[in-house]
Amino acid sequence: MTTAQTLAAGLMDYDEAIQTYDPVLGLEVHVELGTVTKMFCGCPTDFGAEPNTQICPICLALPGAMPAVNRTAVEYAIRIGLALNCEIASWCRFARKNYFYPDMPKNFQTSQYDEPIATNGYLDVKIDGQTVRVDIERAHMEEDTGKSTHVGGATGRIHGAEYSLLDYNRAGVPLVEIVTKPIVGTKALAPQVARAYVTALRDLLSSLGVSDVRMDQGSLRCDANVSLTPAGNPLFGTRTETKNVNSLRSVERAVRYEITRQAALLATGTRIVQETRHFDETTGTTSPGRSKETAEDYRYFPEPDLVPLAPEREWVEAIRASLPELPWIRRARMQADWGLTDLQMRDLLASDAVDLVAATVDAGASPAEATSWWSSYLGQQANVRGVALNELPITPAQLAAVIAKVVDGPLNTKIARQVVDGVLAGEGEPDEVIAARGLAVMSDDGALHAAVDEALAAQPAVADKIRSGKLQAVGAIVGAVMKATRGQADAAKVRQLVLSTLGVEG
Amino acid sequence: MTAELTRLGASALAEAIASGQSSAEEVTRAHLDRIEAVDEAVHAFLHVSTESALDQARAVDRARALGDAPVSRLAGVPLALKDIVVQAGVPATAGSKILEGWIPPYDATVTRRLVEAGVVILGKTNLDEFAMGSSTENSAYGPTRNPWDLSRIPGGSGGGSAAALAAFEAPLAIGTDTGGSIRQPAAVTGTVGTKPTYGGVSRYGVIALASSLDQVGPCARTVLDTALLHEVIAGHDPLDSTSIPQPVPLVVDAVRRGQADGVAGMRIGVVSQLRGKGYQAGVLESFDAAVATLAAAGADIVEVDCPHFEYALAAYYLILPSECSSNLARFDAMRYGLRVGDDGTASAEEVMSRTRGAGFGAEVKRRIILGTYALSAGYYDAYYGSAQKVRTLIKQDFEKAFTAADVLVSPASPVTAFAIGEKVNDPLAMYLNDLATIPGSLAGIPAMSVPSGIASDTGLPVGLQIMGPALGEERIYRVAAAFESAYVAAHHRSVPDAAPELEVGVR
Repeated sequence: MTTAQTLAAGLMDYDEAIQTYDPVLGLEVHVELGTVTKMFCGCPTDFGAEPNTQICPICLALPGAMPAVNRTAVEYAIRIGLALNCEIASWCRFARKNYFYPDMPKNFQTSQYDEPIATNGYLDVKIDGQTVRVDIERAHMEEDTGKSTHVGGATGRIHGAEYSLLDYNRAGVPLVEIVTKPIVGTKALAPQVARAYVTALRDLLSSLGVSDVRMDQGSLRCDANVSLTPAGNPLFGTRTETKNVNSLRSVERAVRYEITRQAALLATGTRIVQETRHFDETTGTTSPGRSKETAEDYRYFPEPDLVPLAPEREWVEAIRASLPELPWIRRARMQADWGLTDLQMRDLLASDAVDLVAATVDAGASPAEATSWWSSYLGQQANVRGVALNELPITPAQLAAVIAKVVDGPLNTKIARQVVDGVLAGEGEPDEVIAARGLAVMSDDGALHAAVDEALAAQPAVADKIRSGKLQAVGAIVGAVMKATRGQADAAKVRQLVLSTLGVEG
Repeated sequence: MTAELTRLGASALAEAIASGQSSAEEVTRAHLDRIEAVDEAVHAFLHVSTESALDQARAVDRARALGDAPVSRLAGVPLALKDIVVQAGVPATAGSKILEGWIPPYDATVTRRLVEAGVVILGKTNLDEFAMGSSTENSAYGPTRNPWDLSRIPGGSGGGSAAALAAFEAPLAIGTDTGGSIRQPAAVTGTVGTKPTYGGVSRYGVIALASSLDQVGPCARTVLDTALLHEVIAGHDPLDSTSIPQPVPLVVDAVRRGQADGVAGMRIGVVSQLRGKGYQAGVLESFDAAVATLAAAGADIVEVDCPHFEYALAAYYLILPSECSSNLARFDAMRYGLRVGDDGTASAEEVMSRTRGAGFGAEVKRRIILGTYALSAGYYDAYYGSAQKVRTLIKQDFEKAFTAADVLVSPASPVTAFAIGEKVNDPLAMYLNDLATIPGSLAGIPAMSVPSGIASDTGLPVGLQIMGPALGEERIYRVAAAFESAYVAAHHRSVPDAAPELEVGVR
């Protein structure tokens, strides 16, 4: 399409947009904490329960009920703050964010406002070998709302719905909202930076054990703020906030789309409307949310039902001391320990194999063997079955046991795959598979000698070639022996045997 | 016999039940009969729990028959519960149409403590809607009448609880006090009521008006009975994070000390700002007499100055509406209570709006509007922020005053009970009823009202307010008990005993 055509479609070519405008990003990530109970009451937080079964007077906001803070949620928030290099407040409060909405039982959200638990941190993210530091403005605690299901409309959104169903199971589930400072200067990389940031944050939160970080289940949600400013202009333009960005890929697509959409508007002299937009996963486009006639005034004030939080320094330091190795540091260490190239490491990461490899190494396998198994043979098996690697019915310990038998001799790689197949087929532990299938490298030298002699006799021309020094011909004899022994011989040993039988130096 | 039982106080009834002289069932029936006889005229109760009260009483009797020791010093004694404290299975209205028909599925912590102590809950008492008022005229279910004069108000918001005591319908009652809703009704009905230190009694299950001010407290006709009830309901509750993790004050011992030793050596401060303009002559006369009585009982009387009290009412009427505008947002027809206009075409927001329009009374709407305005962007600092600063200054006034005095005293209400309808169209005049009680509410200190006598100009009871420093409950109970003893010694009967016998069944 020509520029005129794309502009007419409301979009500017991405490269052109980036040449004309500098994108500025702001990312707000909501993470549902994996506490057993809710933020202000004792109700369970399990996902997927029957609607309105995980509720009590407090999270339903019955008259007279009042909140009490979940200490574990505060601990998790501090963990997140510390892992993001933030300062932890020595004294902070919750506030009430007042607005009416049917899925919010109190008609105010208990949320930290101007006194967040964690401030001024950063997260370094890598893109194509380059490190981008994303500054963190704040991480604060709040509670989730209930869930509305709008029935009868075409879009599943509230407009046009006949009626709405309310499920308060999620109401009061603890959330931490992590807000970046404006991310500037990323230019063409902006969509990738957004994705890399959310990816790094997801991995970090996962390693901290504070959330299951499932974007598909809404336990990690990202709102992407995007604005454009003419290239080189230090003043920020008007931003839009895109919601419903429910996967890492969508983060990148949504940012990219907003850049091209806003650029097209600006190029035609149209002002950007400050608004909330809704990302459509199917079309990869954003559309305006419900427009607000006037700016919402949330009438924040300090929550009088809760006493201020004053985390003792000793507690904060104990949490700091208990932080796990951060995932990228752990990865760098593993890559070095395992001797992997960047490309190999990226492949492992892409297939979510790092933890499996690490566990297999921990169970005694060499990093090279473990890496090779998970990234090639088991990767194929997972593909065939259409499951994730960690959903394959084989444990790192089982794989390590198989690998050990290859290293120690009783199995060769080919038989080892048959053992793994047996484990995957549910035939039991590796030893049980070996016993049941009668798999083992042939160690009976007499039988092997006989097989070699037989193969040489069957192919006298090849035997002559070997004798005359054409060692590459050995393969044909080895192949025949392997075939005759149904793969149970050790190929290296067969090769040696062939050479020694013919009196040739290997 | 039953009529005599209703004239007894809680401690006497508890002793009669514990000794087997009366059964708890008998005592409960006597009070239910009294309610049946007089409440049509008084209208103290919104709901009478006849069956559950009798069940509770019989349980106390059964335990005694089995030889069990009484579960508390108030086992089997009946009580009237202000209808802003929830009790599982019993309708709760908070005096509002918006909650009509709602039956709470859970007990407030206070309710649970009462039930565990074997206190028999007779029913729920009337109040100004969501405790907003000083006359109980703002109840959506009609006003309560003052047993001293049925054409007059019983105070508010806890007029129902106070009137139930003064009408001998119950020997004990629970009130809640945000700006004076225990103390002012106690004053104008000639009964006793205490607002404990903020955080002294759990607010869990108490329908919130202004969270930073609300406090549950005990009410009775004598200081001792009030103290006995205080010890039952007080104490830390993990469900209310603003409740204080401190032991329950030993107020019953303090009462015994006051009865035995008076107030010898105590310094009692008279607050200059809480007298004079706006106070009825008969009230001041009774107050001065009370101070003289305390001096005669051995106290050193000192004058204390609290200059910022002048701004207390203004600060209070910013903080309270701000908090209540948010606390009352939950009444939206989505989960419980009234639902108006759900005609299949209206949106949820429209139903919320219609329901709130129909379900809230004028005073509630006035305060929600005031609070919404005060918290709005651009006004917050000028209103809510400034009010919080005034609150700090008032606390500092009290701290300074308590270096010069052990307790402070003032009239609890500037006037005696006024006529029903007299101030109903003048909110500012109504707000002035809490002139003397609001400073203590803002500071979160304990304060109580005990009858100081009968006003010579109106012939109606007057309340003496006694205020102590935070957690200083024992001091105020000691002074109250000493005063009550001296008053009874001088007048040969207590103020509540002078309340008129109601002409049963006749208005």
